[in-house]
Amino acid sequence: MAVMDYIDAIRLAMKEEMERDEDVFVLGEDVGVKGGVFTTTKGLHEQFGEYRALDTPLAESAIAGVAIGAAMYGMKPIAEMQYSDFMFPATNQIISEAAKIRYRSNNDWSCPVVIRAPIGGGIFGGLYHSQCPESVFFGTPGLKIVAPYRPYDAKGLLKAAVRDEDPVLYFENKKAYRLINGEVPEDDYIVEIGKANVLREGDDITVIGYSMPLRFVEQAAEELQQEGISAHILDLRTLQPLDKEAILEAVRKTGKVLIIHEDNKTGGVGAEVSAIIAEELLYELDAPIMRLCGPDVPAMPINPPGEKFFLLNKDKVKEAMRNLALY
Amino acid sequence: MNKSIMEIVVPQLAESLVNATIDKWLKQPGDMVDIYEPICEIVTDKVNAELPSTVSGKLVKILVGNGETVPVGTPVCLIETESAEASMPQQAPQAPSVNAGASVQPAASTLLSEDAPMRGRFSPAVQQLAAEHGVRLADVPGTGLGGRITRKDVLAYVASGAHKNNAAHAAPAAPASMDPVVQVRSSGIHLSETPRIPKIEIESAAPGRGETFIDVTPIRNTIARNMRQSVSEIPHAWTMIEVDVTNLVILRNKLKDEFMKREGINLTYLAFLLKAVVNAIKDFPIMNSTWAVDKIIVKRDINISLAVGTEDSVLTPVIKNADHKNVAGLAKEIDELARKTREGKLTLSDMQGGTFTVNNTGSFGSILSYPIINYPQAAILTFESIVKRPVVINDMIAVRSMANLCLSLDHRILDGVICGRFLQRVKDNLESFTIESKLY
Repeated sequence: MAVMDYIDAIRLAMKEEMERDEDVFVLGEDVGVKGGVFTTTKGLHEQFGEYRALDTPLAESAIAGVAIGAAMYGMKPIAEMQYSDFMFPATNQIISEAAKIRYRSNNDWSCPVVIRAPIGGGIFGGLYHSQCPESVFFGTPGLKIVAPYRPYDAKGLLKAAVRDEDPVLYFENKKAYRLINGEVPEDDYIVEIGKANVLREGDDITVIGYSMPLRFVEQAAEELQQEGISAHILDLRTLQPLDKEAILEAVRKTGKVLIIHEDNKTGGVGAEVSAIIAEELLYELDAPIMRLCGPDVPAMPINPPGEKFFLLNKDKVKEAMRNLALY
Repeated sequence: MNKSIMEIVVPQLAESLVNATIDKWLKQPGDMVDIYEPICEIVTDKVNAELPSTVSGKLVKILVGNGETVPVGTPVCLIETESAEASMPQQAPQAPSVNAGASVQPAASTLLSEDAPMRGRFSPAVQQLAAEHGVRLADVPGTGLGGRITRKDVLAYVASGAHKNNAAHAAPAAPASMDPVVQVRSSGIHLSETPRIPKIEIESAAPGRGETFIDVTPIRNTIARNMRQSVSEIPHAWTMIEVDVTNLVILRNKLKDEFMKREGINLTYLAFLLKAVVNAIKDFPIMNSTWAVDKIIVKRDINISLAVGTEDSVLTPVIKNADHKNVAGLAKEIDELARKTREGKLTLSDMQGGTFTVNNTGSFGSILSYPIINYPQAAILTFESIVKRPVVINDMIAVRSMANLCLSLDHRILDGVICGRFLQRVKDNLESFTIESKLY
């Protein structure tokens, strides 16, 4: 098994799927000749040609619309939104067309499209290059949403998304591209959509999260171990549909739960996770359900102190975890 | 003046940059550095750059050597400054350690005391565990915030076996108001997602056996209402005539293939019949009228309602101004309306304004029918099956193609004489089609 960066795992998944199935193609802004602004699609143009690594105009609505149409016609497009911040012009296509076509056509049509979009801040990107739009799409039945944290899951979930019969939004964290690495099998495997994963076993507190902030959680858990606090960490991996059984099982282990994500707190994925726990597990809770999320500020500040304030880091996470453990 | 040590860290030089390699140190320990003066060269995936000092002072220690790769934010060297306000690298205040074993210590049963304000607040998990194991919570030491008894405190207490000793003198094992018999809900809407299907009551089998109930659809209801209104208000009379359509059959057989080729639709007998009926109505306009109690309204436009049956209903779409159309035009109109009816695409305007109804009952094999007038019109005519029959012509028997035309009439408006003449005119019109007749 090779150790590789998060971004390489994503690229490998696309390469393998394109080799496996001729109907798979990528499209997006600069994904072809340039190989993507983050180099995510690098080499695909050379290997598969311009018709399978398609450079599009700067029009996200068109990228999504073309991909949705191609998917309904039997192709397996992987549409890239250069930054998830640019995804909103395509929101109507995604929510009103892709998500609903199976229902609307009484099962006659389906839309096996994958839409990849880099989320998250921490790259001095400010307003237009840092957003986490999960909550915009989260409450839309008909969409599946995945947000991998480990490179292993990044590859396995992307391959599962390509093979899924329905639209999947694939939120990759741009800060994680080269920061997170790990072992990734070089053979064919998928990570089932809808299944969470226990990253660490523990019995004092349960931390539930997804994507990049889990790195801080893992680091903090390591350090808190020295203080005698043992943390149980659950990586949701799939946001829609949430793995309810895994969430409840993880919370049942400790009775104390902290939910963490970078997207802002109000109306985020954590709110739904929290509601599920409150609905199902009231009598097994030992502390109030806690959340640590981005602040309800309109946008990621571009100035470094502001960005630092906005973003989670190991220390913020550690403090929240300790407070919960001490409760 | 205070001397203090500052750390210089690897800065974030570009988007998505996470680590950097020290290429070469430009300063050595003991060297003085000015603020913004380069202290080393660094190499990253994206850029190579000189790393400037963020303070001025004396370089005291290099933490990362040449060629080493470290994450962004890692201190690479320490610089001693003389600034009074610069501070030592912050030592994080040591957090109070959570000792997992502490709870086992048989702490004196501290009930609500001033330094333990949370002592009497029990979480649902604690209450449930206490009830389950028969633990008296007053005996359990609390290690949580404000002396709160945590779930783990109860588990540790149970594991220590202390509660069994207490059980001897403290028989009632219900410290909190939890009833251990009540099953805690461990499933709910999120676990059992199958949507509830509304339960439909089936009529009990015993008395109504052999009967089923069919809901009356809106269209069925409309048909029922119109039919009842027609038969209860209109005094119906009925008459029938026999028509020799042998020549028409020959004519149609001659034209139908070419018509199909040219127009893409069937040339039906009905089109010829409509032409014959419309021309007869022109001669007897009273057929095209409505009873209005103190007067009879004769309609100038001849709009033929055409009865079109479907599996479960019958509709009467209208051919407007049928007298302006030739046989080919009528055939097209019939085809169009029949198609729209079958596909359920009739519009309101297709259904309005009829003045006389024709029903092609022959299409389902009938040779005789007694139609109900399409209220409020004055008459309805049916076109029955064309059948070959022996017929006496000039005292000789011939095999001819014969069809019956039946007419129901509103006897308030029409009488036998006028209807007889009308039918006779229809018959003449039909029989006057010859092999030479033109469609257009």
